[in-house]
Amino acid sequence: MSPELLFIQALNGLQFGVLLFLMAAGLTLVFGIMSFINLAHGSLYMFGAYFAAAAYQATGSFLVSVGAGFCGVFVLGALIDRCGFFVLHRRDHLDQVLATFGVVLFSNEVARMIWGASPIFMELPESMADSISLFGLSYPAYRILIIAVGLVVAVGLYLLIERTRIGMLIRAGASNRSMVAALGVNIGWLNTFIFALGAGLAGLAGAMVGPILSVQPGMGDPILITTLVVIVIGGIGSIRGAFLGALVVGVVDTLGRTVMPFVLRQSLDPETANTVGPALSSLAVYVLMAVILALKPDGLFPVKKR
Amino acid sequence: MNTRQHAAAVALAMAAGSFSGASLADVRIGFLATLSGGGAALGQDMVDGFNLALEERGGKLGGQNIQLLKEDDQMKPDVGVQAVQKFIEKEKVDLVAGVTFSNVMMAVAKPLADADITFVGSNAGPAPLAGKLCSKAFFFASWQNDNQAEVLGKYATDKGYRKVYLMAPNYQSGRDQVVGFKRFYKGTVAGEVYTQLNQPDYSAELAQLQAAGADAVYAFFPGGMGVNFIKQFKQAGLLGRLPLLTASTVDGTQLPALKEMALGTLAGSFWGPDSANPASKAFVAAFEKKYGRIPSQYAAQAYDSALLIDSALKKTGGRVADKVALRNALRAADYASLRGAYRFGPNGFPIQDFHVFEVARDAGGRVSLKQVGTPLKAHQDAYAGECK
Amino acid sequence: MNSMTHTHGGQTLLGMGKGRLRVAVTVVLTGLFLLVPVYAGVAGDSYSLILFGRVLVFALAAVGLNFALGYGGMVSLGHAMYLGLGAYTVAILSHHGVNSGVVHLLAVGAVTAVLAVPVGFIALRTQGIAFIMITLAFAQMLFFVFVGLKQYGGDEGLTIAELSGFGALTANKTALYLSMMVALGLALALLRRVVASRFGLVLRATRINERRVRAVGTSPLGYRLVGYVMSAELCAVAGYFLANLTAFASPAYMAWTVSGELIVMVLLGGTGTLVGPVVGAAVFLLLEEGLKALTDHWMAIMGPVIVLIVLFLKDGLWGLLGDGESGKGGH
Repeated sequence: MSPELLFIQALNGLQFGVLLFLMAAGLTLVFGIMSFINLAHGSLYMFGAYFAAAAYQATGSFLVSVGAGFCGVFVLGALIDRCGFFVLHRRDHLDQVLATFGVVLFSNEVARMIWGASPIFMELPESMADSISLFGLSYPAYRILIIAVGLVVAVGLYLLIERTRIGMLIRAGASNRSMVAALGVNIGWLNTFIFALGAGLAGLAGAMVGPILSVQPGMGDPILITTLVVIVIGGIGSIRGAFLGALVVGVVDTLGRTVMPFVLRQSLDPETANTVGPALSSLAVYVLMAVILALKPDGLFPVKKR
Repeated sequence: MNTRQHAAAVALAMAAGSFSGASLADVRIGFLATLSGGGAALGQDMVDGFNLALEERGGKLGGQNIQLLKEDDQMKPDVGVQAVQKFIEKEKVDLVAGVTFSNVMMAVAKPLADADITFVGSNAGPAPLAGKLCSKAFFFASWQNDNQAEVLGKYATDKGYRKVYLMAPNYQSGRDQVVGFKRFYKGTVAGEVYTQLNQPDYSAELAQLQAAGADAVYAFFPGGMGVNFIKQFKQAGLLGRLPLLTASTVDGTQLPALKEMALGTLAGSFWGPDSANPASKAFVAAFEKKYGRIPSQYAAQAYDSALLIDSALKKTGGRVADKVALRNALRAADYASLRGAYRFGPNGFPIQDFHVFEVARDAGGRVSLKQVGTPLKAHQDAYAGECK
Repeated sequence: MNSMTHTHGGQTLLGMGKGRLRVAVTVVLTGLFLLVPVYAGVAGDSYSLILFGRVLVFALAAVGLNFALGYGGMVSLGHAMYLGLGAYTVAILSHHGVNSGVVHLLAVGAVTAVLAVPVGFIALRTQGIAFIMITLAFAQMLFFVFVGLKQYGGDEGLTIAELSGFGALTANKTALYLSMMVALGLALALLRRVVASRFGLVLRATRINERRVRAVGTSPLGYRLVGYVMSAELCAVAGYFLANLTAFASPAYMAWTVSGELIVMVLLGGTGTLVGPVVGAAVFLLLEEGLKALTDHWMAIMGPVIVLIVLFLKDGLWGLLGDGESGKGGH
């Protein structure tokens, strides 16, 4: 495997990791600060993709579609938190898992009733459909855009949390909820804001993948599992952990799919390598998680609780 | 009507029928398909296709009133088995039809065979059922899973492609497809890649493909995977640069999500909506009128299953109790099929032509499939010899 | 898990003592399950044996999961792994010509122990959400292994030509159904004794306060590991029955969604109660069956029903009948 190809694959891993980060940031905020496990996070991602596709079909503008994905799901998140989910904040985790599992079933079916069971149309505008040449291999320009958006969001979140008043409250809330409430902060609205922000980021992720993935009912279920893996590896509640965890998962998954079969082909006969390689690469992320959790049960970057 | 009453009614009607030679009881058909979850688009098309054939005939097939019982298997084998048992034990159906996915098909094969139920398959055609586990009671109005890959293998050989890169998800159908392609492809394999099942992102595999120096690509990515793959293949700037031969990747359920993005992709199938066959033309027109979309091959297969049953019931005069007669009538495949004339092999799979299609605009400017060749004529699957 | 719902004993609407109401409901349920084969025989409708047979399979698996989840506080999102493992043990042995039912059962027990002990040992190093995820990880690994096992059918699954042999009773649907009832009954009787034993006491204590268990000089890990393995074994036995019921083994049996559904069944019925998971499995599967008959969009009804049950029935359906058993209690 040439160094150029290895670099491209690392870039692919980074791109996948950044996408996972958009999902993981919201999930880990909600989980870490509100202590709320939201399995319906994948459904929010799905709605983000659908909203973006609908907006794109209506206007033909890519920017509008991304805006619709983020804002639409931000509002949706605020609404469902205010109208129902807040009841679940005080329940134990199992109740949250069960209730949001029900919400997932419902959301998938609603998407199917509105937009049909088949994938719907969403394309990349001509202006962004180009590919650039990297070391003689063509690389889609849009992937670079995804990486850029992910990094901007990461920096934005860092600034929001470290440099603003609301970020201070969020940090305080993550360490000690009741203390923040005792200081007279309206923790209900803070929670709703966090939930809506997380939802909006999931919607943004959905909108960003709309042009490259199939927009269909249930599209959020597989990514939800991978996102849970990310936040558990990174350490629940930590944005930094989510970022690094997402990159680790993205790179390990991508290199597992490309480098491992290559290495196996060097050492085994092609038939065996073709059987063992794909099986091992499917396992790579789960093996990684099992090893990390067995060694560091709180993940790589746990949030210190007080 | 409960089962006992129904059984009594059937007995009465049969007694009456044996005297008068007319007014037989309704024929009961159980239709199993995946109608919820990720695979629902295919199952829904199958149900729509079958229903259309029924409606056109006033709810009758072969002149007999049909009671259609529909069950959803949720793409779970155990649920499929339960649904088939319901058809057999509770609903006492005369025929079972449908079945969307191979894993469910494999699971329901044994209960169907054990109960000696006549089965007309409308999609899934897994290899074991064409070979060692074949049954004299099963008739597949679709095709054996490998066929769509085999025709592309032949096409690649005919076109003189020397280095083809093969891509499929890492599961049984995916591996069967690659074997099927290689069965008819005489050139060298530039690389063989098995992706994870339901993998969303193919950028890593596409980068490797570019480095491999292939002169054509064969890909099998059914369902949402196909939409992902084509979008990303196009965005990597590969579509148009490398011939892309696909099976189940740009079918009628996936094209509406891809439209212009898929233009130029090649696909192997036994039927396409541009067929000049009169029966097919009538079907496509009726389907578009009723459902407002171009029918997929899954809708066509289910519609054709209904036509097959229609022809058999006509031949037996609506009698289903004589299973041997019914199966002989089905085996004759004596009807105007959407694909044109074909016959059944000893394993109940069709011996039929396979075509290659290109994604192109139809007369109305919509993106659809256009036939570009028929590399395999009167083609039989590779497993028929194992069926004893 | 920090729900410490307080008991508020007393009388129910029916005016019966809650304990007695539960006994009555248990008796009625047992009677109903027993009536199924009678009905099947009289009406010639052996489908009911399949439908309720599947309820019994998932009831047994849910009872098994509940032992880990409800009593031991181990929320495993990977128990479908053992369901699938049990099914594959039967299918693979049968595939190689070993048809004895006794051998099948013994093999299911042995294979499960070989997997569950190391998996439990590693997974139990973690707690809370990490435990949920690590059990999911192991289940996903096994799922992908079986999807890739070409010689045993891969994802298309493995047909079982010869079911587990028990002489003249082999492949007899009524016998299979009754043996499932017996197995479920035995499992419940066994767990009842175990829960009340010293072992059960310590296990429940580890769920509530692990530090205190340590403080009195007991190592919780051993207790939890034994509890985890027992729970896995029950799921695997359910898998053994599922294989015989469907004459099939498939990786779909161990999909993560099945693990999720098992948790839903346990919570629906009531965690930490003996009979709750049985009720949960029955309601979940029969509701699914009923809604599917109504509409293709049954999930749009099923979802909200689950949410409503969570919101308004904190202790599950079995909790409606009072707090006689003390799975959640102990305080």
